[in-house]
Amino acid sequence: MAETIWLFLGLLAVLTVASAIATVLGWKSTRKGDALPSTLVNLNARIKAWWIMIAAISIAFLFGKGGVILLFAFVSFAALREYVTLTHTRRGDHWILLGMFLVIIPVQYYLLWIDWYGLFAIFVPVYCFLAMPALTAISGDTARFLERVSEQQWGIMLSVYCISHVPALLTLAIPGFEGKGLLLIAFLIATVQGSDVLQYVFGKLFGKRKVAPKISPSKTWEGLVGGIISASLLGAALFWLSPFTPLQAGLMAALSCIMGFFGGLVASAIKRDRGVKDWGHMIEGHGGMLDRADSLVFAAPVFFHIVRYFWA
Amino acid sequence: MSAKPLLRRTAAVALAGLARAVTGVRPIWQGCAPSDRQRIYFANHASHGDFILLSACLPPQERERTRAVAGADYWRKNRIRHVLARDILNTVLVDRNWVERKDDPMTIMLDVLKDGHSLIIFPEGTRNMTDESLLRFRSGIYNLALARPDVELIPCWIENMSRVLPKGAFLPVPLLCRVVFGEPVMLGAGEDRHAFLDRSRQALLELNPEHQRALERG
Repeated sequence: MAETIWLFLGLLAVLTVASAIATVLGWKSTRKGDALPSTLVNLNARIKAWWIMIAAISIAFLFGKGGVILLFAFVSFAALREYVTLTHTRRGDHWILLGMFLVIIPVQYYLLWIDWYGLFAIFVPVYCFLAMPALTAISGDTARFLERVSEQQWGIMLSVYCISHVPALLTLAIPGFEGKGLLLIAFLIATVQGSDVLQYVFGKLFGKRKVAPKISPSKTWEGLVGGIISASLLGAALFWLSPFTPLQAGLMAALSCIMGFFGGLVASAIKRDRGVKDWGHMIEGHGGMLDRADSLVFAAPVFFHIVRYFWA
Repeated sequence: MSAKPLLRRTAAVALAGLARAVTGVRPIWQGCAPSDRQRIYFANHASHGDFILLSACLPPQERERTRAVAGADYWRKNRIRHVLARDILNTVLVDRNWVERKDDPMTIMLDVLKDGHSLIIFPEGTRNMTDESLLRFRSGIYNLALARPDVELIPCWIENMSRVLPKGAFLPVPLLCRVVFGEPVMLGAGEDRHAFLDRSRQALLELNPEHQRALERG
């Protein structure tokens, strides 16, 4: 597909420019004889991690549907692991926790592989929702029961159910857009992650007024507005990856970015509650998998259902 | 070269890889750095995975010469356990039952140290199944410190492993783990057994991030 080639050439160009800018900034600050400032060290780590993430996504795309499903099953695994680490678990939860990793993740993604949308949509919110507390009750340990069950449910919803809606875009039959589901995934990821990067850039450059000072010191109104406007323009410019017109693409991108912002905010609230700065250390410079995927968690299901309702 | 060292080495590499894949374990060298010096690592103990996790955090060379001390009564109970402990995990088995035991655990451990190995010991003497974060220490660690003052005693706090693989469980739940390495503990001049046991226990306890968080809260 010509679009795929253009897309990855474009990404390559963006990353190369980013790396070049970071190198020049590095030269400038070290010429003065100082050590590299921490923002720049972090920026370098982030850009390096982006190269690796883009490489991983490209490889998954090469393998088509199976590759993308496996990639996001792994994202779910890493995200759930980070999430459960921060929750209260007791010895009686061992089997439930194992089931979350060894049963729920494989089943949810297998349903995508065999294209069984009906069960995919209700497996977690109906069957797992009821089975998990039932099994926890059978284990007989009632200490902090409601808290444990709720935390497990949340973990599965965020890390498995919501994230699985990214590869679920492949199952949509959109008239005139057959066989191009991968491009729609690329559109969603590019706009949501692009919005994260642009919010970061606008926040660093112009950020003054904090949106929620109690939750996140790095989220500012300047970053948010600048990020969403620029990411919407980015979405409109990428309309050729989607079944949308440029205007529709811009609106869908704006919606995804706003959802993504809420995702980041909720993730920050959970982290603050648990007294940690990052979810983990899997992706250098970014933190854990959930630090990178939190915006996608909120954006993917909403994006999926709007496309499904209006286009499929 | 006989088959056993090869088997051991393969098993060690495979287990360290598995521990890393499941727990994403990271060493936090808080009070010391990895070094070539002969060491005794002492850690909290709540899971069979503890020593695999700890050794997965060591640099490859150090990992190869480090052996864990384990209870002979448990690991000799049946054939599979015994083969596992002796040939695969390369543990140093010592008898915990001091009334009926034939070999003195101290002699065995000192012999292994004399051969140039580093040791992993769990001074609580058993897996901790209580809500207490750390049990009282047995005397072994004091005797080792007394007999070999030249070997560094490193406290290592193992975080989360008891949730990954609790007692009686066979399959591990993937959760993120860390091992915090603290400052070496040295036996003071004329320090008595009780004082040293308390002090080394406290040194280990202070590496527990939850303990540190509790202190911050006051």
